[in-house]
Amino acid sequence: MEHHSILRVVSKLLIPPILLYALYVQFHGEYGPGGGFQAGVIFAVAFILYALVFGIEAMTEILPPRLLLILSATGVLIFAGTGVVTMLLGDAYLGYNALAADPPHAQEWGIVIVEIGVGMTVAAVMMAIFVAFASHNPPIKDEDW
Amino acid sequence: MSAGLVGIAVIDILLFLFLVLIAIAIARLRNLFAIAMLAGVFSLLSAGLFVTLDAMDVAFTEAAVGAGISTVLMLGTLALTVREEKPVTHSPFLPLLVCAITGAALIYGTLDMPPFGAADNPVQTHVAPYYLEQTPVEIGIPNAVAAVLASYRGFDTLGEVVVVFTAAIAVLLLLGGGGRSGRHGKVAGERKKD
Repeated sequence: MEHHSILRVVSKLLIPPILLYALYVQFHGEYGPGGGFQAGVIFAVAFILYALVFGIEAMTEILPPRLLLILSATGVLIFAGTGVVTMLLGDAYLGYNALAADPPHAQEWGIVIVEIGVGMTVAAVMMAIFVAFASHNPPIKDEDW
Repeated sequence: MSAGLVGIAVIDILLFLFLVLIAIAIARLRNLFAIAMLAGVFSLLSAGLFVTLDAMDVAFTEAAVGAGISTVLMLGTLALTVREEKPVTHSPFLPLLVCAITGAALIYGTLDMPPFGAADNPVQTHVAPYYLEQTPVEIGIPNAVAAVLASYRGFDTLGEVVVVFTAAIAVLLLLGGGGRSGRHGKVAGERKKD
């Protein structure tokens, strides 16, 4: 892989904008197209691109499979936990109106929080599945590129 | 018919034409690598179709998930298995018959559907007007899709997230990629290579 300098330079240039774009899609989902599902996939793609070019070990160093599993479960817990919190605050399960004084604000808070949970789960799941596949594969031979 | 509608019709026809061509190519090819890439192109064209239907959120998801990540996962699967499809040994007539009958039944089913885009379709008169009218009042965010997804239909979305999580659990159970079992799996894989 050492001599694929174009691939390495281009992906190094591309990965930061991809991550930024994922965050934009995540937190701009209330205003434009997008949301947790799309943002999670785009976020995962940045890491997958990194793993494809620099090797799977370089990625699992920062994101070990165990951490990915914990993150994906945390996302589900954030979503489901929001419902429990709204119940404890006296509203229905996932009835966000209890989260703030006036309903539109409370709804926006609720949506932002559960979308973070969605994004976290989707990103971690996509990366975990990719790592599960890729760590079984022999590294791609140079002549196969 | 206005120029805009003609333009959309031309784009729709072109997109559907490409979809059919890609489907035929996928059916005829034996190289699974090429098939995986063509499936990605198929998803990207479908995303284009969703854009012409003004379904931006769906198009976005289709482009990111269908064309992006599934292609990568498909290629990962190919690297685990083989790159060439096995030659077909059975006669193609029974599958062709099944496809023809299913397709005919589906087309027959569409005859009962309300006209495409009509204002009095059930989809336009059921809960959709309520969501569109009340989203600015009750939720206060501009994107009605996000409001329906995360608030009005929050239970469904929670279910979807659990499904995605379950997919990861299933893959990790099958391939052994998570945490301690992952390291064991890797050691076993390395031993096999030796």
